[in-house]
Amino acid sequence: MSDIRITINGQARSLNVPSMKRLLDVIREDLQLTGTKEGCGEGECGACAVLMNGELVNSCLVPALQANGASVCTIEGVAIDGRLHPVQQCFLENGGAQCGICTPGMILATQHLLNKYPRPTYEQIQEGLAGNLCRCTGYMRIFESVCKAAEADYLPDRGKA
Amino acid sequence: MRSDVTQFELTAPATLTEVLRRLADNPGRHTVLAGGTELMVALNTGRLATHSFLSIQHLRELRFIRETPDTIQIGAGATFTDIRGSKIICAELPLLAQSASWTGSVANQNRGTLGGNICNASPAADTPPALLAYDANVTLISAASMRELPYRDFHLGYKRTAMRSDELLHTITLPRIYAGHRQYIRKVGTRNAQAISKVALAAIALVEAGRIIDIRVGAASLADRPLRCTAAETVLIGQTIGGEGMEALVRKARAALAGEAEPIDDIRSTAKYRIAVGANLLEEFLRSL
Ligand SMILES: Cc1cc2nc3c(=O)[nH]c(=O)nc-3n(C[C@H](O)[C@H](O)[C@H](O)COP(=O)(O)OP(=O)(O)OC[C@H]3O[C@@H](n4cnc5c(N)ncnc54)[C@H](O)[C@@H]3O)c2cc1C
Ligand code: FES
Ligand code: FES
Repeated sequence: MSDIRITINGQARSLNVPSMKRLLDVIREDLQLTGTKEGCGEGECGACAVLMNGELVNSCLVPALQANGASVCTIEGVAIDGRLHPVQQCFLENGGAQCGICTPGMILATQHLLNKYPRPTYEQIQEGLAGNLCRCTGYMRIFESVCKAAEADYLPDRGKA
Repeated sequence: MRSDVTQFELTAPATLTEVLRRLADNPGRHTVLAGGTELMVALNTGRLATHSFLSIQHLRELRFIRETPDTIQIGAGATFTDIRGSKIICAELPLLAQSASWTGSVANQNRGTLGGNICNASPAADTPPALLAYDANVTLISAASMRELPYRDFHLGYKRTAMRSDELLHTITLPRIYAGHRQYIRKVGTRNAQAISKVALAAIALVEAGRIIDIRVGAASLADRPLRCTAAETVLIGQTIGGEGMEALVRKARAALAGEAEPIDDIRSTAKYRIAVGANLLEEFLRSL
Protein backbone atom coordinates (compact mmCIF):
# COMPACT_ATOMS: atom_id res chain seq x y z
CA MET A 1 0.00 0.00 0.00
CA SER A 2 1.12 3.55 -0.65
CA ASP A 3 0.08 6.93 0.58
CA ILE A 4 -0.61 9.11 -2.42
CA ARG A 5 -1.83 12.64 -2.93
CA ILE A 6 -3.93 13.53 -5.94
CA THR A 7 -5.53 16.81 -6.86
CA ILE A 8 -8.76 15.63 -8.42
CA ASN A 9 -10.76 18.24 -10.32
CA GLY A 10 -9.05 20.93 -8.28
CA GLN A 11 -9.54 19.27 -4.90
CA ALA A 12 -6.53 17.88 -2.98
CA ARG A 13 -7.05 14.34 -1.66
CA SER A 14 -4.85 11.91 0.30
CA LEU A 15 -5.39 8.19 -0.18
CA ASN A 16 -3.91 4.91 0.96
CA VAL A 17 -4.13 2.48 -1.96
CA PRO A 18 -2.20 -0.47 -3.45
CA SER A 19 0.69 1.07 -5.41
CA MET A 20 -0.19 -0.89 -8.57
CA LYS A 21 -3.92 -0.17 -8.39
CA ARG A 22 -5.05 1.31 -11.67
CA LEU A 23 -5.74 5.05 -11.57
CA LEU A 24 -9.07 4.12 -13.19
CA ASP A 25 -10.07 2.10 -10.12
CA VAL A 26 -8.75 4.75 -7.74
CA ILE A 27 -11.00 7.27 -9.49
CA ARG A 28 -14.06 5.03 -9.60
CA GLU A 29 -13.73 3.22 -6.25
CA ASP A 30 -11.69 5.37 -3.87
CA LEU A 31 -12.78 8.76 -5.19
CA GLN A 32 -16.23 7.49 -6.19
CA LEU A 33 -16.27 9.37 -9.44
CA THR A 34 -17.90 6.95 -11.84
CA GLY A 35 -18.03 9.20 -14.89
CA THR A 36 -14.75 7.68 -16.08
CA LYS A 37 -15.57 4.39 -17.82
CA GLU A 38 -13.79 1.11 -18.38
CA GLY A 39 -14.00 -0.37 -21.85
CA CYS A 40 -11.14 -2.64 -22.77
CA GLY A 41 -8.78 -2.29 -19.80
CA GLU A 42 -5.89 -2.56 -22.28
CA GLY A 43 -5.24 0.96 -23.54
CA GLU A 44 -7.13 0.41 -26.80
CA CYS A 45 -10.46 2.21 -26.41
CA GLY A 46 -9.97 5.50 -24.54
CA ALA A 47 -13.14 5.13 -22.43
CA CYS A 48 -11.01 5.64 -19.32
CA ALA A 49 -9.14 8.71 -20.65
CA VAL A 50 -8.49 11.54 -18.18
CA LEU A 51 -6.14 14.52 -18.11
CA MET A 52 -3.15 14.07 -15.83
CA ASN A 53 -1.13 17.25 -15.41
CA GLY A 54 -2.87 18.42 -18.57
CA GLU A 55 -1.82 15.35 -20.60
CA LEU A 56 -4.33 12.90 -22.00
CA VAL A 57 -3.71 9.44 -20.50
CA ASN A 58 -5.62 6.18 -20.37
CA SER A 59 -6.21 5.71 -16.65
CA CYS A 60 -6.42 1.90 -16.97
CA LEU A 61 -2.68 1.93 -17.74
CA VAL A 62 -1.53 4.28 -14.98
CA PRO A 63 -0.55 2.68 -11.66
CA ALA A 64 -1.70 4.70 -8.64
CA LEU A 65 1.80 5.48 -7.48
CA GLN A 66 2.63 7.17 -10.79
CA ALA A 67 -0.28 9.54 -10.21
CA ASN A 68 1.15 10.60 -6.84
CA GLY A 69 1.36 14.38 -6.73
CA ALA A 70 -0.51 14.77 -10.01
CA SER A 71 -3.45 16.96 -10.94
CA VAL A 72 -6.16 14.85 -12.52
CA CYS A 73 -9.19 16.12 -14.42
CA THR A 74 -12.07 13.73 -15.04
CA ILE A 75 -15.36 14.32 -16.82
CA GLU A 76 -16.84 15.51 -13.51
CA GLY A 77 -14.36 18.40 -13.56
CA VAL A 78 -15.20 19.66 -17.03
CA ALA A 79 -18.44 21.60 -16.41
CA ILE A 80 -17.97 25.13 -15.11
CA ASP A 81 -20.01 26.20 -12.07
CA GLY A 82 -22.65 23.59 -12.80
CA ARG A 83 -22.99 24.67 -16.44
CA LEU A 84 -21.90 22.47 -19.31
CA HIS A 85 -18.57 23.32 -20.87
CA PRO A 86 -18.87 24.46 -24.51
CA VAL A 87 -17.36 21.16 -25.64
CA GLN A 88 -20.03 19.22 -23.76
CA GLN A 89 -22.72 21.52 -25.12
CA CYS A 90 -21.50 20.93 -28.68
CA PHE A 91 -21.56 17.13 -28.21
CA LEU A 92 -25.10 17.42 -26.84
CA GLU A 93 -26.38 19.63 -29.65
CA ASN A 94 -24.70 17.78 -32.51
CA GLY A 95 -25.48 14.18 -31.65
CA GLY A 96 -21.92 13.51 -30.52
CA ALA A 97 -23.17 11.24 -27.73
CA GLN A 98 -25.56 8.31 -27.97
CA CYS A 99 -25.19 5.58 -25.33
CA GLY A 100 -22.56 7.74 -23.63
CA ILE A 101 -19.98 5.13 -22.72
CA CYS A 102 -17.26 6.63 -24.90
CA THR A 103 -18.34 10.21 -24.23
CA PRO A 104 -16.31 11.08 -21.10
CA GLY A 105 -13.13 9.93 -22.82
CA MET A 106 -14.10 11.66 -26.08
CA ILE A 107 -14.73 14.94 -24.25
CA LEU A 108 -11.37 14.82 -22.46
CA ALA A 109 -9.55 13.86 -25.66
CA THR A 110 -11.28 16.84 -27.29
CA GLN A 111 -10.17 19.13 -24.45
CA HIS A 112 -6.60 17.92 -24.89
CA LEU A 113 -6.80 18.41 -28.66
CA LEU A 114 -8.25 21.93 -28.43
CA ASN A 115 -5.74 22.96 -25.77
CA LYS A 116 -3.02 21.98 -28.20
CA TYR A 117 -4.67 23.09 -31.45
CA PRO A 118 -7.46 25.63 -30.82
CA ARG A 119 -8.30 25.51 -34.55
CA PRO A 120 -7.61 21.89 -35.47
CA THR A 121 -7.64 20.60 -39.04
CA TYR A 122 -9.89 17.65 -39.81
CA GLU A 123 -6.80 15.40 -39.85
CA GLN A 124 -5.76 16.68 -36.43
CA ILE A 125 -9.23 15.90 -35.09
CA GLN A 126 -9.09 12.40 -36.55
CA GLU A 127 -5.64 11.76 -35.11
CA GLY A 128 -6.47 13.34 -31.75
CA LEU A 129 -9.48 11.06 -31.29
CA ALA A 130 -8.03 7.93 -32.94
CA GLY A 131 -7.52 6.33 -29.53
CA ASN A 132 -11.19 6.71 -28.58
CA LEU A 133 -13.51 4.05 -29.91
CA CYS A 134 -17.26 4.56 -30.31
CA ARG A 135 -19.74 1.80 -31.07
CA CYS A 136 -22.72 4.07 -31.64
CA THR A 137 -22.20 7.26 -33.56
CA GLY A 138 -20.08 6.23 -36.53
CA TYR A 139 -17.74 9.11 -35.55
CA MET A 140 -19.06 11.67 -38.05
CA ARG A 141 -21.24 13.37 -35.48
CA ILE A 142 -18.40 13.34 -32.98
CA PHE A 143 -16.08 15.01 -35.47
CA GLU A 144 -18.82 17.55 -36.25
CA SER A 145 -19.23 18.25 -32.53
CA VAL A 146 -15.51 18.90 -32.22
CA CYS A 147 -15.54 21.20 -35.27
CA LYS A 148 -18.42 23.14 -33.72
CA ALA A 149 -16.62 23.35 -30.37
CA ALA A 150 -13.54 24.72 -32.16
CA GLU A 151 -15.68 27.35 -33.90
CA ALA A 152 -17.53 28.25 -30.71
CA ASP A 153 -15.83 30.35 -28.10
CA TYR A 154 -13.97 27.40 -26.64
CA LEU A 155 -11.90 28.65 -23.75
CA PRO A 156 -8.61 26.76 -23.64
CA ASP A 157 -7.89 27.45 -19.97
CA ARG A 158 -11.10 25.79 -18.83
CA GLY A 159 -11.26 22.14 -17.95
CA LYS A 160 -7.53 21.90 -17.65
CA ALA A 161 -6.37 19.82 -14.70
CA MET B 1 -7.98 -12.74 -16.06
CA ARG B 2 -6.95 -9.54 -14.35
CA SER B 3 -4.26 -9.76 -11.69
CA ASP B 4 -4.90 -9.04 -8.01
CA VAL B 5 -3.12 -5.71 -7.60
CA THR B 6 -2.36 -6.28 -3.92
CA GLN B 7 0.06 -9.03 -5.04
CA PHE B 8 2.29 -6.45 -6.68
CA GLU B 9 4.55 -3.84 -5.26
CA LEU B 10 5.58 -0.66 -7.03
CA THR B 11 8.08 1.76 -5.59
CA ALA B 12 9.47 4.98 -6.99
CA PRO B 13 13.10 5.44 -5.88
CA ALA B 14 14.04 9.11 -5.81
CA THR B 15 17.13 8.79 -7.99
CA LEU B 16 18.54 6.71 -10.82
CA THR B 17 21.43 5.70 -8.54
CA GLU B 18 18.94 4.23 -6.10
CA VAL B 19 17.15 2.30 -8.87
CA LEU B 20 20.48 0.86 -10.05
CA ARG B 21 21.48 -0.09 -6.51
CA ARG B 22 18.21 -1.98 -6.03
CA LEU B 23 18.68 -3.79 -9.34
CA ALA B 24 22.25 -4.74 -8.40
CA ASP B 25 21.34 -5.93 -4.89
CA ASN B 26 18.71 -8.36 -6.13
CA PRO B 27 19.35 -9.24 -9.78
CA GLY B 28 16.19 -10.41 -11.50
CA ARG B 29 13.87 -9.54 -8.63
CA HIS B 30 12.67 -6.16 -9.85
CA THR B 31 11.25 -5.02 -13.17
CA VAL B 32 11.47 -1.37 -14.10
CA LEU B 33 8.25 0.34 -15.10
CA ALA B 34 8.44 3.38 -17.38
CA GLY B 35 5.25 4.52 -19.13
CA GLY B 36 3.53 1.23 -18.33
CA THR B 37 1.86 0.90 -21.73
CA GLU B 38 3.22 -2.64 -22.04
CA LEU B 39 3.44 -3.69 -18.39
CA MET B 40 0.04 -2.37 -17.31
CA VAL B 41 -1.60 -4.23 -20.21
CA ALA B 42 0.16 -7.36 -18.96
CA LEU B 43 -1.10 -6.60 -15.44
CA ASN B 44 -4.65 -6.13 -16.67
CA THR B 45 -4.56 -9.42 -18.56
CA GLY B 46 -2.84 -11.37 -15.79
CA ARG B 47 0.45 -11.92 -17.65
CA LEU B 48 2.96 -10.27 -15.31
CA ALA B 49 5.88 -12.49 -14.40
CA THR B 50 7.47 -10.52 -11.57
CA HIS B 51 5.92 -8.95 -8.49
CA SER B 52 8.20 -6.08 -7.65
CA PHE B 53 8.36 -3.01 -9.86
CA LEU B 54 10.54 0.08 -9.75
CA SER B 55 9.05 3.16 -11.37
CA ILE B 56 11.52 5.10 -13.52
CA GLN B 57 8.89 7.28 -15.16
CA HIS B 58 9.52 10.25 -12.86
CA LEU B 59 13.32 10.23 -13.30
CA ARG B 60 14.34 13.48 -15.00
CA GLU B 61 17.80 11.97 -15.64
CA LEU B 62 16.27 9.64 -18.22
CA ARG B 63 14.01 12.11 -20.00
CA PHE B 64 15.95 14.34 -22.37
CA ILE B 65 16.73 15.07 -25.99
CA ARG B 66 20.18 16.65 -26.45
CA GLU B 67 22.35 17.54 -29.37
CA THR B 68 26.11 17.52 -29.66
CA PRO B 69 27.91 18.59 -32.85
CA ASP B 70 27.95 14.98 -34.10
CA THR B 71 25.06 13.25 -32.38
CA ILE B 72 21.52 13.47 -31.11
CA GLN B 73 21.10 11.78 -27.73
CA ILE B 74 17.72 10.65 -26.52
CA GLY B 75 17.05 9.55 -22.95
CA ALA B 76 15.31 6.18 -22.61
CA GLY B 77 12.54 7.96 -20.72
CA ALA B 78 11.66 10.32 -23.58
CA THR B 79 8.03 9.77 -24.58
CA PHE B 80 6.76 9.46 -28.14
CA THR B 81 5.14 12.87 -27.64
CA ASP B 82 8.56 14.31 -26.65
CA ILE B 83 10.09 12.79 -29.78
CA ARG B 84 7.39 14.02 -32.15
CA GLY B 85 7.61 17.47 -30.56
CA SER B 86 11.38 17.75 -30.96
CA LYS B 87 12.29 20.10 -33.82
CA ILE B 88 15.72 18.58 -34.25
CA ILE B 89 14.38 15.02 -34.47
CA CYS B 90 11.70 16.06 -36.95
CA ALA B 91 14.33 17.83 -39.06
CA GLU B 92 17.19 15.34 -38.95
CA LEU B 93 15.66 12.01 -37.99
CA PRO B 94 12.26 12.09 -39.71
CA LEU B 95 11.93 8.29 -39.70
CA LEU B 96 12.07 8.27 -35.92
CA ALA B 97 9.54 11.10 -35.63
CA GLN B 98 7.25 9.30 -38.07
CA SER B 99 7.48 5.97 -36.27
CA ALA B 100 6.79 7.68 -32.92
CA SER B 101 3.63 9.18 -34.42
CA TRP B 102 2.45 5.66 -35.35
CA THR B 103 2.97 4.17 -31.92
CA GLY B 104 -0.56 3.95 -30.61
CA SER B 105 -2.90 6.86 -29.89
CA VAL B 106 -2.16 10.28 -28.44
CA ALA B 107 -2.83 9.00 -24.90
CA ASN B 108 -0.41 6.14 -25.54
CA GLN B 109 2.22 8.48 -26.94
CA ASN B 110 1.98 10.75 -23.90
CA ARG B 111 3.04 7.84 -21.67
CA GLY B 112 4.94 5.32 -23.77
CA THR B 113 8.72 5.75 -23.89
CA LEU B 114 11.39 5.05 -26.47
CA GLY B 115 13.25 2.95 -23.89
CA GLY B 116 10.16 0.86 -23.25
CA ASN B 117 9.64 0.28 -26.96
CA ILE B 118 13.23 -0.96 -27.35
CA CYS B 119 13.48 -2.99 -24.12
CA ASN B 120 10.11 -4.66 -24.54
CA ALA B 121 11.90 -6.14 -27.55
CA SER B 122 8.85 -6.97 -29.62
CA PRO B 123 9.74 -7.90 -33.22
CA ALA B 124 6.76 -5.76 -34.32
CA ALA B 125 7.68 -2.56 -32.44
CA ASP B 126 7.58 0.62 -34.50
CA THR B 127 10.71 2.59 -33.62
CA PRO B 128 13.38 -0.16 -33.93
CA PRO B 129 13.42 -0.23 -37.78
CA ALA B 130 14.17 3.51 -37.82
CA LEU B 131 16.84 3.13 -35.12
CA LEU B 132 18.45 0.28 -37.09
CA ALA B 133 18.43 2.29 -40.31
CA TYR B 134 20.06 5.22 -38.50
CA ASP B 135 22.67 2.90 -36.94
CA ALA B 136 21.95 4.03 -33.39
CA ASN B 137 24.08 3.18 -30.38
CA VAL B 138 22.59 2.32 -27.01
CA THR B 139 24.10 3.08 -23.62
CA LEU B 140 23.39 0.58 -20.85
CA ILE B 141 23.99 1.54 -17.27
CA SER B 142 24.31 -0.45 -14.04
CA ALA B 143 25.50 0.38 -10.54
CA ALA B 144 28.96 -0.84 -11.50
CA SER B 145 29.42 0.29 -15.09
CA MET B 146 28.27 2.04 -18.19
CA ARG B 147 28.73 0.57 -21.67
CA GLU B 148 27.79 1.56 -25.17
CA LEU B 149 27.01 -0.89 -27.93
CA PRO B 150 25.68 -0.70 -31.46
CA TYR B 151 21.89 -1.08 -31.41
CA ARG B 152 22.19 -3.72 -34.16
CA ASP B 153 23.82 -6.01 -31.53
CA PHE B 154 21.14 -5.37 -28.88
CA HIS B 155 18.42 -7.83 -29.94
CA LEU B 156 19.57 -11.43 -29.59
CA GLY B 157 16.36 -13.35 -30.27
CA TYR B 158 12.66 -13.36 -29.53
CA LYS B 159 12.32 -10.91 -26.62
CA ARG B 160 15.97 -11.57 -25.74
CA THR B 161 18.40 -8.67 -25.51
CA ALA B 162 22.02 -7.98 -24.59
CA MET B 163 20.88 -6.15 -21.43
CA ARG B 164 21.76 -7.80 -18.10
CA SER B 165 19.21 -7.95 -15.30
CA ASP B 166 21.12 -5.34 -13.28
CA GLU B 167 21.19 -2.94 -16.23
CA LEU B 168 18.96 -0.22 -17.60
CA LEU B 169 18.82 1.39 -21.00
CA HIS B 170 19.99 4.96 -20.46
CA THR B 171 20.58 6.71 -23.79
CA ILE B 172 19.99 6.15 -27.48
CA THR B 173 22.59 7.99 -29.57
CA LEU B 174 22.12 8.76 -33.26
CA PRO B 175 24.71 10.20 -35.64
CA ARG B 176 23.95 13.49 -37.39
CA ILE B 177 24.99 12.47 -40.87
CA TYR B 178 21.71 11.96 -42.67
CA ALA B 179 20.97 15.39 -44.13
CA GLY B 180 21.92 14.23 -47.64
CA HIS B 181 20.44 10.74 -47.40
CA ARG B 182 17.20 9.58 -48.94
CA GLN B 183 14.94 8.33 -46.17
CA TYR B 184 11.98 5.99 -46.33
CA ILE B 185 9.56 4.45 -43.86
CA ARG B 186 6.30 2.63 -44.29
CA LYS B 187 4.12 0.65 -41.90
CA VAL B 188 1.63 -1.84 -43.24
CA GLY B 189 -1.14 -2.64 -40.76
CA THR B 190 -4.89 -2.55 -40.48
CA ARG B 191 -4.81 1.15 -39.51
CA ASN B 192 -2.09 3.55 -38.42
CA ALA B 193 -3.24 4.38 -34.90
CA GLN B 194 -3.26 1.52 -32.45
CA ALA B 195 -2.59 -1.23 -34.96
CA ILE B 196 0.51 -3.33 -34.56
CA SER B 197 2.28 -3.62 -37.90
CA LYS B 198 2.00 -6.62 -40.17
CA VAL B 199 5.28 -5.43 -41.68
CA ALA B 200 7.23 -2.17 -41.46
CA LEU B 201 10.39 -1.06 -43.21
CA ALA B 202 12.68 1.91 -42.61
CA ALA B 203 15.62 2.67 -44.88
CA ILE B 204 18.22 5.30 -45.64
CA ALA B 205 20.57 5.58 -48.58
CA LEU B 206 23.16 7.99 -49.88
CA VAL B 207 23.30 8.09 -53.67
CA GLU B 208 26.13 9.91 -55.44
CA ALA B 209 26.47 10.09 -59.20
CA GLY B 210 23.82 7.39 -59.48
CA ARG B 211 25.58 4.94 -57.18
CA ILE B 212 24.52 3.78 -53.75
CA ILE B 213 27.43 4.59 -51.46
CA ASP B 214 25.68 4.07 -48.12
CA ILE B 215 22.52 2.11 -47.33
CA ARG B 216 20.84 0.65 -44.26
CA VAL B 217 17.53 -1.11 -43.93
CA GLY B 218 15.61 -2.03 -40.76
CA ALA B 219 12.38 -4.02 -40.59
CA ALA B 220 9.65 -4.97 -38.13
CA SER B 221 7.82 -8.30 -38.10
CA LEU B 222 10.16 -9.98 -40.58
CA ALA B 223 11.99 -12.05 -37.95
CA ASP B 224 11.88 -13.02 -34.26
CA ARG B 225 13.44 -9.64 -33.46
CA PRO B 226 13.72 -6.22 -35.14
CA LEU B 227 15.77 -7.07 -38.25
CA ARG B 228 18.66 -5.20 -39.77
CA CYS B 229 18.56 -6.39 -43.39
CA THR B 230 22.29 -6.75 -44.01
CA ALA B 231 21.97 -9.27 -46.87
CA ALA B 232 19.86 -6.82 -48.89
CA GLU B 233 22.28 -4.01 -48.01
CA THR B 234 25.27 -6.06 -49.24
CA VAL B 235 23.58 -6.68 -52.58
CA LEU B 236 22.83 -2.97 -53.00
CA ILE B 237 25.94 -1.17 -51.79
CA GLY B 238 28.04 0.24 -54.63
CA GLN B 239 25.38 -0.53 -57.25
CA THR B 240 24.03 1.87 -59.85
CA ILE B 241 20.46 3.04 -59.49
CA GLY B 242 18.14 3.56 -62.42
CA GLY B 243 20.41 2.21 -65.17
CA GLU B 244 20.05 -0.83 -67.39
CA GLY B 245 20.70 -3.21 -64.54
CA MET B 246 17.92 -1.78 -62.38
CA GLU B 247 15.42 -4.61 -62.91
CA ALA B 248 18.03 -7.24 -62.14
CA LEU B 249 19.16 -5.28 -59.08
CA VAL B 250 15.62 -5.01 -57.75
CA ARG B 251 15.18 -8.78 -58.23
CA LYS B 252 18.43 -9.54 -56.42
CA ALA B 253 17.59 -7.21 -53.54
CA ARG B 254 14.13 -8.74 -53.17
CA ALA B 255 15.63 -12.23 -53.13
CA ALA B 256 18.25 -11.22 -50.55
CA LEU B 257 15.59 -9.77 -48.28
CA ALA B 258 13.41 -12.86 -48.66
CA GLY B 259 16.44 -14.98 -47.83
CA GLU B 260 17.27 -13.23 -44.57
CA ALA B 261 13.68 -12.75 -43.38
CA GLU B 262 12.25 -15.42 -41.09
CA PRO B 263 8.77 -14.18 -40.27
CA ILE B 264 6.01 -16.17 -38.62
CA ASP B 265 2.33 -16.83 -39.19
CA ASP B 266 0.18 -15.18 -36.51
CA ILE B 267 -3.22 -13.55 -36.04
CA ARG B 268 -2.11 -10.42 -37.86
CA SER B 269 -0.68 -11.99 -40.97
CA THR B 270 1.15 -14.90 -42.61
CA ALA B 271 4.86 -15.42 -43.18
CA LYS B 272 4.35 -15.57 -46.95
CA TYR B 273 2.48 -12.26 -47.00
CA ARG B 274 5.09 -10.63 -44.79
CA ILE B 275 7.97 -11.61 -47.06
CA ALA B 276 6.12 -10.42 -50.16
CA VAL B 277 5.20 -7.09 -48.58
CA GLY B 278 8.68 -6.60 -47.09
CA ALA B 279 10.16 -7.07 -50.57
CA ASN B 280 7.57 -4.70 -52.07
CA LEU B 281 8.49 -2.01 -49.57
CA LEU B 282 12.18 -2.43 -50.32
CA GLU B 283 11.44 -2.18 -54.04
CA GLU B 284 9.34 0.95 -53.49
CA PHE B 285 12.28 2.51 -51.65
CA LEU B 286 14.78 1.57 -54.39
CA ARG B 287 12.57 2.98 -57.14
CA SER B 288 12.30 6.25 -55.20
CA LEU B 289 16.08 6.76 -55.13
C1 LIG C 1 -3.26 0.57 -27.17
C2 LIG C 1 -1.81 0.37 -27.40
C3 LIG C 1 -1.30 0.53 -28.70
C4 LIG C 1 0.05 0.35 -28.95
N1 LIG C 1 0.49 0.54 -30.22
C5 LIG C 1 1.79 0.36 -30.49
C6 LIG C 1 2.27 0.53 -31.83
O1 LIG C 1 1.53 0.86 -32.75
N2 LIG C 1 3.60 0.31 -32.05
C7 LIG C 1 4.46 -0.04 -31.07
O2 LIG C 1 5.64 -0.21 -31.33
N3 LIG C 1 4.02 -0.20 -29.80
C8 LIG C 1 2.72 -0.02 -29.49
N4 LIG C 1 2.28 -0.19 -28.21
C9 LIG C 1 3.21 -0.69 -27.21
C10 LIG C 1 3.84 0.33 -26.23
O3 LIG C 1 3.10 1.52 -26.17
C11 LIG C 1 5.28 0.66 -26.60
O4 LIG C 1 6.06 -0.50 -26.69
C12 LIG C 1 5.94 1.63 -25.59
O5 LIG C 1 7.09 2.14 -26.16
C13 LIG C 1 6.30 0.97 -24.26
O6 LIG C 1 6.93 1.94 -23.46
P1 LIG C 1 6.56 2.12 -21.91
O7 LIG C 1 7.46 3.15 -21.35
O8 LIG C 1 5.12 2.33 -21.75
O9 LIG C 1 6.96 0.65 -21.40
P2 LIG C 1 6.69 -0.13 -20.04
O10 LIG C 1 5.40 -0.86 -20.12
O11 LIG C 1 6.93 0.75 -18.86
O12 LIG C 1 7.90 -1.17 -20.14
C14 LIG C 1 8.01 -2.07 -21.23
C15 LIG C 1 9.23 -2.98 -21.02
O13 LIG C 1 10.45 -2.26 -21.13
C16 LIG C 1 11.21 -2.32 -19.93
N5 LIG C 1 11.83 -1.00 -19.79
C17 LIG C 1 11.22 0.21 -19.92
N6 LIG C 1 12.13 1.20 -19.84
C18 LIG C 1 13.34 0.61 -19.65
C19 LIG C 1 14.68 1.09 -19.51
N7 LIG C 1 14.98 2.41 -19.56
N8 LIG C 1 15.67 0.19 -19.32
C20 LIG C 1 15.39 -1.13 -19.29
N9 LIG C 1 14.17 -1.66 -19.43
C21 LIG C 1 13.15 -0.79 -19.63
C22 LIG C 1 10.22 -2.69 -18.86
O14 LIG C 1 10.84 -3.35 -17.78
C23 LIG C 1 9.28 -3.61 -19.62
O15 LIG C 1 9.82 -4.87 -19.75
C24 LIG C 1 0.93 -0.01 -27.92
C25 LIG C 1 0.42 -0.17 -26.62
C26 LIG C 1 -0.92 0.02 -26.36
C27 LIG C 1 -1.44 -0.16 -24.97
S1 FES D 1 -10.43 1.00 -20.63
FE1 FES D 1 -8.61 2.12 -20.70
S2 FES D 1 -8.27 2.33 -22.81
FE2 FES D 1 -9.98 1.00 -22.76
S1 FES E 1 -21.90 6.87 -27.88
FE1 FES E 1 -22.03 4.77 -27.48
S2 FES E 1 -19.95 4.17 -27.65
FE2 FES E 1 -19.91 6.18 -28.35
